[in-house]
Amino acid sequence: MTARVGVVVFPGTNCELDVVWAVEELGADAELLWHGDRTVHGVDAVVIPGGFAHGDYLRTGAIARFSPVMDAVAEHAAAGGPVVGICNGFQVLTEAGLLPGALQKNTGLTFVCDTVELEVVSTRSVLTSQATVGAVLRVPINHFEGNFVCDDATLRRLHDEDRIVVRYVRNPNGSLDDIAGVSNEAGNVVGLMPHPERASSLLLGSADGVVLLESMLAAARSRAAAAV
Amino acid sequence: MRFAVRIDVTHLPGVLDPQGATVERALPALGYDNVADVSIAKTIRLAIDAASESEARAQVDDMCRRLLANPVIERYTVEIDHDVPA
Repeated sequence: MTARVGVVVFPGTNCELDVVWAVEELGADAELLWHGDRTVHGVDAVVIPGGFAHGDYLRTGAIARFSPVMDAVAEHAAAGGPVVGICNGFQVLTEAGLLPGALQKNTGLTFVCDTVELEVVSTRSVLTSQATVGAVLRVPINHFEGNFVCDDATLRRLHDEDRIVVRYVRNPNGSLDDIAGVSNEAGNVVGLMPHPERASSLLLGSADGVVLLESMLAAARSRAAAAV
Repeated sequence: MRFAVRIDVTHLPGVLDPQGATVERALPALGYDNVADVSIAKTIRLAIDAASESEARAQVDDMCRRLLANPVIERYTVEIDHDVPA
């Protein structure tokens, strides 16, 4: 069964077509979801892609969380549907309270645009179910506000509940505990600063992101099959 | 009545303020070796129509919690000026 992936577009989102391309290359259907719609149109997985939703005004993701589509995204997530936030999408998910913590300005105030090494920490999430714990993936990052922070109690919970999904091998932005991506308790909502869609073909310099996207598509397909 | 409101949003104690830290490191280069605790905050000003100051304050508190500040990394203070001309 072909999975349908919805890619949310806010004013200022700019990575949506990269995600659509990567997902379609892997054999799934992709459609854009406008932020002003109150529905995710029954897709099997939702991706909130990178960019500058609502201009990043006030704080990254702060305005986007009030876009009408976000209620539908929260319902999809509550029903166990896969939700993946990439870069700005991660920031939106933390602001929306679907993921813990916050992303603030990088240490040293540098915008970082680089390909980094990520270590897979947990395979319990919809983004890493087909990966191997300890595997190192080369995936691009491209952000100014990727410095993950949360309080001590939250960090302990993330450890204890196996919710740290990927870590930086060499910390590029000051992120607490080298965290590059986390999941919710159930593992179906994941946010990460690196861009797997930009590492989805050797032509792009790395295909290491494919295992992440394939994991998400597997979760989407099993959801599609269960809905029939 | 119209109230003039000033909201200061600052980092929670213990949360790194990367902008403040960078400015703190830059000041000694200008010869200011005696500076500590630099923090960069956000000021939001707005006018609000409400029946009383306490009603205005309650609404501004609500705005801060829901949108203007992120409680994970920030705290805020609110100052309200009485009954300004509309």
